[in-house]
Amino acid sequence: MSMNTTATTRPLEPEKRAIIIGASSGIGAALAKEWARRGYIVAALAPDEAGLEKVAAEGNGRIHTYLHDVTNYDEIPALCQQIIHDIGGVDIVAYIAGIQPVVALDEYNFEKDAAMIRVNFVGAVAWLNQAAVRFERAQSGQIVAVSSIAGDRGRVGAPVYNASKAGLSTYLEALRNRLTRQGVTVTTVKFGFVDTALLENAAKTFWVISPEKAAQEIDTAVRKKKQTVYAPARWGLVSLIIRHIPSFIFRRMSF
Amino acid sequence: MINENIDRTVSILPDERLERVPAWGGASYSLSHVYRPTTIEQLQAVLKLARKNGRSIGLRGGGNSYGDAAMNAENILLDMRRMNRILAWEPENGRITVEPGVTISQLWQYILEDGWWPPVVTGTMMTTVGGCAGMNVHGKNAYQAGPIGDHILAFDMLLANGDIITCSRDENSDIFHAAIGGMGILGIFTAITMQMKRVYSGLLDVETETRPNLAAMFSYFEENLENSDYIVGWMDAFAKGDALGRGDVHKASYLPPGADPAPSQTMRLENQHLPSTMFGIVPKSIIWLGMRPFMNNPGTWLINNAKYHAGRLFGPKRSRQPHAAFHFLLDYVPDWKKAYGAGGLIQYQPFIPKETAQDAFREILQLCQTRRLPNYLTVFKRHRPDDFLLTHALDGYSMAMDFRITKRNRERIVNLAREMDEIVLQANGRFYFAKDSVLRRETAVAYLGQSVIDQFRALKQRLDPDNLLQTNLWRRVFG
Ligand SMILES: Cc1cc2nc3c(=O)[nH]c(=O)nc-3n(C[C@H](O)[C@H](O)[C@H](O)COP(=O)(O)OP(=O)(O)OC[C@H]3O[C@@H](n4cnc5c(N)ncnc54)[C@H](O)[C@@H]3O)c2cc1C
Ligand SMILES: NC(=O)c1ccc[n+]([C@@H]2O[C@H](COP(=O)([O-])OP(=O)(O)OC[C@H]3O[C@@H](n4cnc5c(N)ncnc54)[C@H](OP(=O)(O)O)[C@@H]3O)[C@@H](O)[C@H]2O)c1
Repeated sequence: MSMNTTATTRPLEPEKRAIIIGASSGIGAALAKEWARRGYIVAALAPDEAGLEKVAAEGNGRIHTYLHDVTNYDEIPALCQQIIHDIGGVDIVAYIAGIQPVVALDEYNFEKDAAMIRVNFVGAVAWLNQAAVRFERAQSGQIVAVSSIAGDRGRVGAPVYNASKAGLSTYLEALRNRLTRQGVTVTTVKFGFVDTALLENAAKTFWVISPEKAAQEIDTAVRKKKQTVYAPARWGLVSLIIRHIPSFIFRRMSF
Repeated sequence: MINENIDRTVSILPDERLERVPAWGGASYSLSHVYRPTTIEQLQAVLKLARKNGRSIGLRGGGNSYGDAAMNAENILLDMRRMNRILAWEPENGRITVEPGVTISQLWQYILEDGWWPPVVTGTMMTTVGGCAGMNVHGKNAYQAGPIGDHILAFDMLLANGDIITCSRDENSDIFHAAIGGMGILGIFTAITMQMKRVYSGLLDVETETRPNLAAMFSYFEENLENSDYIVGWMDAFAKGDALGRGDVHKASYLPPGADPAPSQTMRLENQHLPSTMFGIVPKSIIWLGMRPFMNNPGTWLINNAKYHAGRLFGPKRSRQPHAAFHFLLDYVPDWKKAYGAGGLIQYQPFIPKETAQDAFREILQLCQTRRLPNYLTVFKRHRPDDFLLTHALDGYSMAMDFRITKRNRERIVNLAREMDEIVLQANGRFYFAKDSVLRRETAVAYLGQSVIDQFRALKQRLDPDNLLQTNLWRRVFG
């Protein structure tokens, strides 16, 4: 194994170093390119090799790629350490990976449901726990993860997707409460609709933004050290309304 | 680009070892897995661990290098301070053999009552002998005594392959001259033998006076080199025009035998330390709080001015001071660097031949003023050349400048350093890794010369072919 790989650091000209989990397509891919454009050193992770290679090709040599399926939880501690060793440190860990298979209104498919929980929630815990330990030691660092307005209420169309994102949001809130006092920022970004593969099977959509726009929203939220943002912001209003719809009405609604 | 050849079965380094390790100046930090060995066997075990995990090892003594010389981001860092035994001491002839983690503080306190003092000490006594050898440090007597390497008789060094070799001027002399000042890159010192300096009193004759400008500062040094053991100049970097380079000089000499009526008294440890309150009633541990408001440009300007004029008013001062008080004043103001604020500080210390020094330093001081980045503390010293491979010394002067770092001035400081580098190179000057945070590869090649770097690399290849020993500095400047 080569000892030569750790990246150089210049004390007064620190480069930001980011790990993005789920960076082969959609929002994660756009974010990797956005941060490479801003001069960050990026480690991009996903199971899809071809997708990663495409992203790296547009990263000015600043995107390092790693094949990884988050459901291989056991490899995460070693892989995380290896990546941080390779890129010489880490300032931001972004958890973007997520799946949303099509689920019919009368479907209770445990395989699909368990897969969502594993990728959207358990994988996030596996990775962000690693980030938390390091950032706590460093007394510095930023965690960002993509949740969804879909996690704000349980709905007829996507019970477990909703639950996985609700779990993620609550986990992030708790991390934030633990880590803020340690100098670490935890940012939750809740999107409405983003024009990616994930949306292909969605019934009706509106206010759709491009993945590039979504990546910019994440970048802004991180740079401004936000806690929770809805992106675009008007989804915050939608969420406010949704969260206040009484259950007896919500039960009759079809969305 | 895809990193497929990752061995995901390797044992990982434990989180409990992960520590935030700052540069001494506090302007940067890294995370490292820190190990604190006490024996050579434990050192060897860490070498094995590093190989097994594909990690490099950085060495750290007291961590007093201002920049990234004793840091090794995301790899192993060996904190050597627990290898701190004195292995042999011969008070008849002043030879001492120590483990590398022995501090200068430990060293002088061990030998002074026998009538000896370390031949070279740094401005803080928190440095370790291993760290001092790794940088080949100098004192305020550099023009008389050279760097610490000139007083090292031999050392044992643990190599990356686990073997221990002995080096001296006769044995492995090429390694001897490269590992001293070799930044912890060729091997790990495990025992160092040095010759101490005979003293006949616990006091030094000290003279302090003010000098009105840079030319006067230089002439003072040239006139007093012969008749003194230590000289240090302290400059007010805010003084402009005719007063540019003005400041104080402190000169000290050892007392000859017989001059001290009660040497056994003055050499007693309790008579060396400074009182625990300075300036009368302010406890020394909170002095930095009082300094803090002054650590902006107008504030420092005010202090420098007041100090200069007070000095002029009272004229040259003569006194006898304990060795420790003369050398380690800063250690008696704990946490003084906190006065620089959260962004920390860096130091920039160029070394310039005596022929070109005055003009170059004038140019540098003026440049800092034009860029509105005057430094807060400027210390001026005289040096002599030595025969160590990566030496910073030469027949000339050095000027150590402390710059406060803030989020907003980082980029301007980097640019200023580049401009200063040009002046230094033009003047055939050199740089010092112990103080450095900004040096670039091409600048290092320019002042060291490619052939010197090639020689060092050839030794590295021979002694550590797998590049096991590394630091942030090594990767930044030579990586
Ligand atoms: C307040 C202050 C005043 C100073 N005054 C002076 C001065 O007057 N003159 C001067 O020359 N310098 C001065 N310095 C700089 C300081 O003396 C040097 O940086 C010195 O090397 C620090 O020693 P350390 O034990 O802290 O070593 P560290 O800074 O921890 O390490 C220094 C180097 O030695 C290597 N090293 C450490 N241990 C070993 C080992 N066992 N084997 C091999 N390599 C090793 C490290 O890898 C590193 O490259 C000063 C620094 C401060 C903070
Ligand atoms: N699109 C939307 O409207 C919308 C709205 C709200 C929230 N979100 C959230 O935004 C995030 C990104 O989604 P997207 O819209 O960009 O969808 P996408 O294009 O499908 O991207 C999902 C990313 O996650 C990765 N991923 C999936 N399973 C993984 C696994 N097991 N291990 C590692 N990586 C895995 C994918 O990698 P591979 O392709 O290589 O498998 C891909 O890089 C998701 O968390 C999603 O829930 C999306």
